[in-house]
Amino acid sequence: MTRQVPISLTVNGERVEAQVLPRLNLADFLREHIELTGTHVGCEHGVCGACTVRIDGEIVRSCLVLAVQTHGASVQTIEGLSDSGEIADLQAAFRDRNALQCGFCTPGMLMAAQDLLISQPEPDRDRIREHLSGNYCRCTGYQAIVDAVETTARARIGRRP
Amino acid sequence: MAKAANPEGPSVLDRPNSYIGKLVPRPNLERLMQGRGLYVSDIDLPRMAHVVFLRSPYAHAKILNIDAEAARRAPGVIAVVTGEQLAAVITPWVGVLSHLKGLKSAPQRAIATDLVCWQGEAVAAIVATSRAAAEDAAEIVAVEYRELEPVTDMRTALDAETPVIHPALGDNLAFERRLDAGAVDSAFALADEVAEAEFVFGRHTGVTLEPRAVVADWNTAEARLTIYQGTQAPHMVQNIAALHLGLRESQVRVVCKDVGGSFGIKVHIYADEMAVYALSKLLRRPVKFVADRVESFNTDIHARDHRCKGRIAVMRDGTITAFEIDDLTGIGPYSMYPRTSAIEANQVVNLVGGPYVTKNYRARARVVFQNKNVMCQYRGVGHPIACSVTEGLVDLAAAKIGMDPVEIRRRNLVPDDGYPCASPSGLRFELLSHHASLDKLMKMMNYDALRAEQAALRGKNIHRGIGIASFIEITNPSAAFYGVGGARISSQDGVAVRLDASGSVICQTSISEQGQGSESLTAQIVGSVLGVSMERVRVILGDTDNTPYGGGTWASRGAGIGGEAALQAAKVLRRNILDVAAAILQSSSAELDIVGNAIVNAGDGATRIELSELARIVYFRPDTLPPGVQPELMATRHFVPREYPFAFTNGVQASWLEVDTDTGFVRLLRHWVVEDCGTIINPQLVDEQIRGGVVQGLGAALFEKCIYDERGQLTNANMADYLVPMSGEMPDIDVAHVVSPTAETELGAKGAGEAGTAAAAAAVANAVNDALRPFGVMISEIPLTPQVILTAMGRI
Repeated sequence: MTRQVPISLTVNGERVEAQVLPRLNLADFLREHIELTGTHVGCEHGVCGACTVRIDGEIVRSCLVLAVQTHGASVQTIEGLSDSGEIADLQAAFRDRNALQCGFCTPGMLMAAQDLLISQPEPDRDRIREHLSGNYCRCTGYQAIVDAVETTARARIGRRP
Repeated sequence: MAKAANPEGPSVLDRPNSYIGKLVPRPNLERLMQGRGLYVSDIDLPRMAHVVFLRSPYAHAKILNIDAEAARRAPGVIAVVTGEQLAAVITPWVGVLSHLKGLKSAPQRAIATDLVCWQGEAVAAIVATSRAAAEDAAEIVAVEYRELEPVTDMRTALDAETPVIHPALGDNLAFERRLDAGAVDSAFALADEVAEAEFVFGRHTGVTLEPRAVVADWNTAEARLTIYQGTQAPHMVQNIAALHLGLRESQVRVVCKDVGGSFGIKVHIYADEMAVYALSKLLRRPVKFVADRVESFNTDIHARDHRCKGRIAVMRDGTITAFEIDDLTGIGPYSMYPRTSAIEANQVVNLVGGPYVTKNYRARARVVFQNKNVMCQYRGVGHPIACSVTEGLVDLAAAKIGMDPVEIRRRNLVPDDGYPCASPSGLRFELLSHHASLDKLMKMMNYDALRAEQAALRGKNIHRGIGIASFIEITNPSAAFYGVGGARISSQDGVAVRLDASGSVICQTSISEQGQGSESLTAQIVGSVLGVSMERVRVILGDTDNTPYGGGTWASRGAGIGGEAALQAAKVLRRNILDVAAAILQSSSAELDIVGNAIVNAGDGATRIELSELARIVYFRPDTLPPGVQPELMATRHFVPREYPFAFTNGVQASWLEVDTDTGFVRLLRHWVVEDCGTIINPQLVDEQIRGGVVQGLGAALFEKCIYDERGQLTNANMADYLVPMSGEMPDIDVAHVVSPTAETELGAKGAGEAGTAAAAAAVANAVNDALRPFGVMISEIPLTPQVILTAMGRI
């Protein structure tokens, strides 16, 4: 049996020390070891985007990253982005536009949308649709999500000094 | 449409501060948006074990031997259980219903014992302390098979030389239905033109983003099984689990928390789920199963694998005089349990030609067994097949006589003043609005301008097409769907409402939530009727211990049936509250009303007493009430449709798209839907149901197909190779409504969950053919992949 490896990282600003098997992926580490179940596992092969999290500011599919690769890194999950208030306006736009139904894709979708809004504050609808194409949603048909992201982008621009 | 006056006061539809018809955000979305929901895969119980199923790599094989000794000794393994061992705990089942005459199927087991009938059927369960440990051990279970000839092609499934999958059944025919109405032969003989085609539909599946998952927890001291499962029908699961485990229903509790997509995938009971219930009982501990994505593709029900030959008779003036179809579908090796796999073909027979006047209709549908994954009811059940065949034939007929596709529909759709009426297959329509819907669609899409644009672009070698598809949708099913066939699947729903001690309302409903907004519509109705603000209404659903008995949420029934039960229960509670208020205020209930969480004078609206104060008196100072007053601040009502077996809805969709004739790629430019689901409780919820449904239909039209090889191997059982719609390739979808409430309920709501899926693929197929008309090409196969299009055009 392969030996466990010690890792040390921060998750949502909190320091985490753990012993993990080298084969453990980050999604399972987050869900099962530190019980942050907002990161969802939809396909386990990097296609659906439900497990999207941030590592050192970049969004990744946590099912394609090994937990050991996050040693020394800063990981942010949907719980962290929610508690910090960073995406409160985006979440409000999702709620007002009913941009989620079952909600399973939503944490990953919010992660990807926020990533777009950080890198490109004024995306048009085609750009939003393109950026979110790596996040599958089977319920909404996407239009409400695109609307909510567009609304948030406009509101943020309006709030700029 | 005017509603019957409510003798007890203003209708809930026009009360002050009514939430009906209002755009109200769904309650409790924060939980899901913050990642703080509770899906089955999030559940962790003390002593919980994890099960992984070893599945057959063959489509059809004898199991000769299973050697699990090494696996049983592997680290973390608690048990390796075979089909024989599990059979001691759980009985087999047969997926038939008595009203589908002649439907047959073979006994199916939770885990195969000696014969495997599709690639993916479970042959052993490996239970361990973690899923990873169970997966490791599964790799060292040695199963010896003798591969048998697989039956894969539905077209040859009934041939004499094809092996019979279940010899005891005699042949591979599961079900056959014939219908002959009117004078079909003479209509075809007298027709000016006849058009025909064979329509081919790819087998596809629901791809719920959360895979199927179940946690079963047998408490041997209580002799009670708690099942945590993302199901659409908790009471059905309770009944079936109890029946096959030899328990009373009261020994089974089904709890359904958040559900990550369902679409009909999670309205069935799967063999592996049965196995999990049984394993928990056998091992006396909680057992968790979460399907991985490969298992999802290989075991979640598939749907729509049909080949349907269709013919249409038409006169030169555009009058359609007959439809005829011959439908063939392959459902896998077993009819699913308990809803059966004959329903989709049966629906196709029922629905073809449904929007149109002609009474001449002949149909045959055959349902055959094959060694592929099971097929069963998925969103829209039969509607996309029937709609694509009907609307494809109507377009063919229009082309034959040189008539505009809109014009031929105008001349043949049942007139809006022609109701009530019945279809040739016996479907009864209370009130539909095909013409009003078509008129509205024409305005929305600016049809004439679009035709002009199309013509202009053709000159530039840009090939765009317009596709129109009218449809009908079955909603609010009565007992006619399943109950009459002997299935213990309830068609009624119940709602209990009570005023709690702080003046808030708790509402328990038997409909379930998978994101459609069941919770929201219940709270909107209850809040409106009671005069209580929505944030004071708490809705409890998805728990057989804590809700009234009922059907759940499927077949577009939640709003129409569960909503009416909520309305009626709230009316009783309202009356009871007013009676108490009258006693407290020394007034009469007729002089009082409830508005804004307070009892007010019906006349001048002046506040008399807050509901919270009324509740305080009732619960803590009943001694101050007049003698003989016994308040009942809880009320329960149930509802089931009785006059009409189904509340039909209708609508029409249009697609505007561009075909790249060099690459075969289709670009969707715009999509329109006009739909009539009667009373709209929450326009945003309805519109998003429509849009989501349309996109699932667009996936079927362009991308989605389970590709099997000739050995019955599913070759694209992963999300990278099985294509579903992504945001980048989906169009914006405009939705509008015509409102024809059903008079069967006070609420007047019909269903809206499947209308989008019903006609989206038909509209796209008609639009692609419209775009390719200059090339003399007609395609009647979906998905319309580049390969299909280029092949039809003779370019590859």
